[in-house]
Order: sequence, then structure tokens, then C-alpha cells
Amino acid sequence: MASPMKIRARMNGDAAQIRILAVHPMETGLRKDGAGKPIPAHYVQTLTVDVAGKRVARYEVGTSVSKNPLFGFRVRGVKAGDKVVASWVDNKGDTRTDEAVIE
Amino acid sequence: MNNTRRTLLKAGTNGAVLASLFAAGILRPVRVLAADPRRAAFEATGLADALRGLSAGTPAESADLVLKAPDIAENGAVVPVEVISNIPGTTSLSILVDNNPLPLALHVEFSGGAVTETVARLKMAKTSAVRAVAQAGGKFYVARREIKVTIGGCGG
Repeated sequence: MASPMKIRARMNGDAAQIRILAVHPMETGLRKDGAGKPIPAHYVQTLTVDVAGKRVARYEVGTSVSKNPLFGFRVRGVKAGDKVVASWVDNKGDTRTDEAVIE
Repeated sequence: MNNTRRTLLKAGTNGAVLASLFAAGILRPVRVLAADPRRAAFEATGLADALRGLSAGTPAESADLVLKAPDIAENGAVVPVEVISNIPGTTSLSILVDNNPLPLALHVEFSGGAVTETVARLKMAKTSAVRAVAQAGGKFYVARREIKVTIGGCGG
């Protein structure tokens, strides 16, 4: 089971600032372990973000994104108390969905 | 004789057999993922192919597309960047690292009330240009910055 994402969502002026940290190894498939064997690729491929039931962002992700990737942006037309739902899928088909409420 | 191929040919369009092959790990769902149009761009091993995969052609430079990044990244494993598009009608942003083995790092489609900006953390194998590509009204725009990397982040 994948570790939960850390989601921070806070109103700042007329927009909500959303920060999502996914806990994921983001292996490129190009690295080798100590014995010289390739480490298989294991990375997040998509991350979707919905606020108050509406899709606001769909990230597509490659291996050039760091381990434990952080994503962040702002959303207008939302308010404190709205629910933020983030969901990722990785290249092995594992998935993780977490929620937060805009402060 | 290639037994997997034989089995597949016999199975024809039998979905259950295909599903069991997936489950057995004989067939990997790589082809299924390739159906995603941008997956090819993510798998491109050169900048030109990655840009082609995004259908970005030769994007125009724009002062309204801002790429914030450090001039020097001490640790190539985590390089924080921020892209802000002030171009009206922006629908998506992409971030590419020219000299990485797989240059396309990220593509994001905005909808609803999302402001067309994003922060991200990149891996950088070595010193490279990083470029942000924005799509707005069917046109592509680019902003580019050189980032010097002291310790590469893709080694192992």
C-alpha cells in the first residue's frame, strides 16, 4: 500500500494555494543496484486534482521528476471548506487517492 | 516456436484469455499505455522527439511565460522549478530537461478555475537547459533557462 499524499490547500486572497506531495520512489529504470542489476522503472504517470467535484488539473508525469514529487498551483472560484481530491496512478498500476479541505 | 504468439493467435479476440495473460505477466500492459498520445513523448530519448510528441513544433519565445529556477542546482536529484503562464487562453504546460535521458518531465492540463502555473521538482542528470512549453489557443510558446548541476541526480 502506497503512503498517503500530503495535501495542503489554503485560501490566499481570491485563490486557493494547493500543494501536493506524493510519496513515491520515482525510479527511472535507468539506475543499477549495487550488484549492477538494473532497478526496474517505478514512477507516477498521472496525478489528477479535483476541487469541489470539478477537475482542475491533470498532471502527466515522466521519470525526470524527482523522488517524492511535489506539485503545486492555485485555483480561483473556490472557497474555504471545499474538498480537494488528489489521485495518482503509477506505471505498475498502483494507485492512491487522498483528500483535504481548503483552509 | 514462439508459444506466446501461438496462444495469442488461437485466442483471437477472446478477452478472458488476454486478461489471464496479463494476469500471468506474460503480456505487459505497455501497449495499452502507448495508446495515451503523450506517452510516446514521455518515452522519447531526445529533445526533438519529445517536442514532436507534444505536437509543439517550433514554439515561439514569449515574455509572458515565466520559468523560475535556480542558476545552480547543487543536487540534481531535486531541482525546484516554477512555471507561470500569463498568456491568455493557456490550457497546458510542459516541462522538459534538454540533457536528461528522457527529457519530458511533466505535462499538466488545467481546467476549472485553475491558474495556469505549476511548481515541480525535477531530476537533472547534468547541467542542462530546462524549458517550459505552454499551449494557448492552439499555439505553443517556450521559455528556457540554463541550470548548472553540481552533482547529477540520475546516477546510480
